[in-house]
Amino acid sequence: MMKKIFLVGNPNVGKSVLFSRLTGVQVIASNYPGTTVEIAKGYINLAGNRIEVIDLPGTYSLEPNSKAEEVTSDLLKQNNQDEILVINIIDATNLERNLYFNLQLIEAGYPVVVCLNMCDEMQHHGINIDIDKLEKLLGVPVVSTCGITGVGIKILLDKIQEAKPRVRSQLSHKQRWQEIGEIVEAVQTLKHRHHTLKEVLEDASVRPFSGMIMALVVLYISFKIVRFSAEFLITRLLDPFFFNLYQPSLERLSRVLGQEGLLHHLLIGELINGRIDFKQSLGLLTTVPYIEFSMVLPYVLSFYFILCILEDVGFLPRLAMLLDNLLHRLGLHGYAIIPVLLGFGCNVPGIIATRILESKRERFIASVLISIGVPCVALQAMILGLLGKFSGLYITGVYLVLFAVWLLLGTILNLILKGYSPEFLIEIPPYRFPPLTMLFKKLFFRIKGFLIEALPVIFLGVFLVNLLIFFRMFDFVTNIFAPVVKGLFGLPKEAIIALAIGLLRKDVAAGMLITLGMSARQLFISATLLAISFPCIATFIVLFKELGIKDLLKATLIMILVTLLVGTTLNFLILRP
Amino acid sequence: MTKLKQNTKAKVTEISGGACLQGRLMSMGIYPGREIKKLSHFALRGPIAIKVGRSVLALGFGMARRITVEIQ
Repeated sequence: MMKKIFLVGNPNVGKSVLFSRLTGVQVIASNYPGTTVEIAKGYINLAGNRIEVIDLPGTYSLEPNSKAEEVTSDLLKQNNQDEILVINIIDATNLERNLYFNLQLIEAGYPVVVCLNMCDEMQHHGINIDIDKLEKLLGVPVVSTCGITGVGIKILLDKIQEAKPRVRSQLSHKQRWQEIGEIVEAVQTLKHRHHTLKEVLEDASVRPFSGMIMALVVLYISFKIVRFSAEFLITRLLDPFFFNLYQPSLERLSRVLGQEGLLHHLLIGELINGRIDFKQSLGLLTTVPYIEFSMVLPYVLSFYFILCILEDVGFLPRLAMLLDNLLHRLGLHGYAIIPVLLGFGCNVPGIIATRILESKRERFIASVLISIGVPCVALQAMILGLLGKFSGLYITGVYLVLFAVWLLLGTILNLILKGYSPEFLIEIPPYRFPPLTMLFKKLFFRIKGFLIEALPVIFLGVFLVNLLIFFRMFDFVTNIFAPVVKGLFGLPKEAIIALAIGLLRKDVAAGMLITLGMSARQLFISATLLAISFPCIATFIVLFKELGIKDLLKATLIMILVTLLVGTTLNFLILRP
Repeated sequence: MTKLKQNTKAKVTEISGGACLQGRLMSMGIYPGREIKKLSHFALRGPIAIKVGRSVLALGFGMARRITVEIQ
């Protein structure tokens, strides 16, 4: 009796898209190998039975090479072969390579259904595959599907019931490839086509010089679009809404509440010159929605919009190739740029994505570098908001300091930690242009995730801070840390509260820095420290899960040291003289 | 493989290195007797891009060095 269906296959063949199609459960799908690093579960109804469907990280063979691949092979081994069905998803444009894993699965005795995915692309490439013949030669059901449009999903569901394990002798690697050669020869016919512009660009992007130019242009345009569209949303849409519509009604509420008292303090916060100041009042109805919706959300939206495009087009593995050399010096390899880029959105998925790296040492270095040197988009938006009114040098300065810390710390960790950095071996996918609906679905999914995670925490954070301020319990904490904050970092002692709140969420913390009345240079130092000091609590939890308690303690020690060093250095460099 | 010129086709003759590396390359379609085409080579012992069958693979210098090829 079948109880579970596993979706397996080589990396980047469209397992996650198909999973969403089958179960209706939305998961992130992109155009690079290793998007899925966690397992996702959903259910389908088959002949009246509720069956669990599991989306697994892609793998090239049943012998794993990274933590993500390990998940797949372990999970397959744990289950009784009679109770599961394996759907092996194959990239139809790359039949030959995909069949290797398929033969392994059949030999291991799993009941397999082959799903020939991306059948739309197959036609563009002038490839024709004889499905009946393939079915006969493999001895297992074969279905042709297209995950993006949903073609073939119904037939796939019908064929699932036909699957049976097939007895096959174990082959050696060599014999397997020989057999694959024969199968491909028999079922696949190719039409000769001329090179398309897309292929010319694909080739150019993996060459050093042209690749570098293309990457620089893409990154520059991406940065400009993120900045421009976020600014546009803020100045044209959100600020007018907050100032012209929201503020008058809040001020009415403030008068009703009598402009003082605990409730007024919690909801509205302090009045600045008798009026509500969205950036400084620090109330649950004033500063919280303003920071989240008018300062942070526009950047989250535009950042993820661009990231989704870059992911789906297939730009990231090419960037990884360009950066391989540099990252080797930090004990990583090129592919580590993917967790780092995801970390710029939010550190949590970034650190989870380090599972695509091969060794424990690499995962440790990458996680530490992300949690220290990569500010999430919410924090970046606030840094722009904090320092934007001063000279642009300050914003650039924050990024330069972070980049320097990132390089130095990586180099040092690479020297100290035992072991070596493994070599890089990835597949560079073709450029793809998925339909816009897919892109917006993914964007919506990420924004929803951001709001669900951020809003409760920021409300809680501001609520606690307001209680502390109202009952004047701040002095006790600030005095303990005054020698470090004032003496070493040159900041007002109250800044420790903001740094501590940074443990909850960085955007609230940055919001608090505004209220302290610091000079531009002090703001610059505190913004930089906020970025490199402890990451927020959600990141801590994921660090604990991914690294274990021992490495988490090591990482924490590194964070404290780096914060003290950078804070003191900046103070003596730019404040003291 | 590292000495091969850009845009040349060659046949893999030997992969030196542990069983782990051999297995990994094997599962991605690189094995003795296989024809490949080198697409590019990054400076300073950077990665190498090759075309194997219909897929493009990027591999680190250290790994490419272990693969011996023969120009046809």
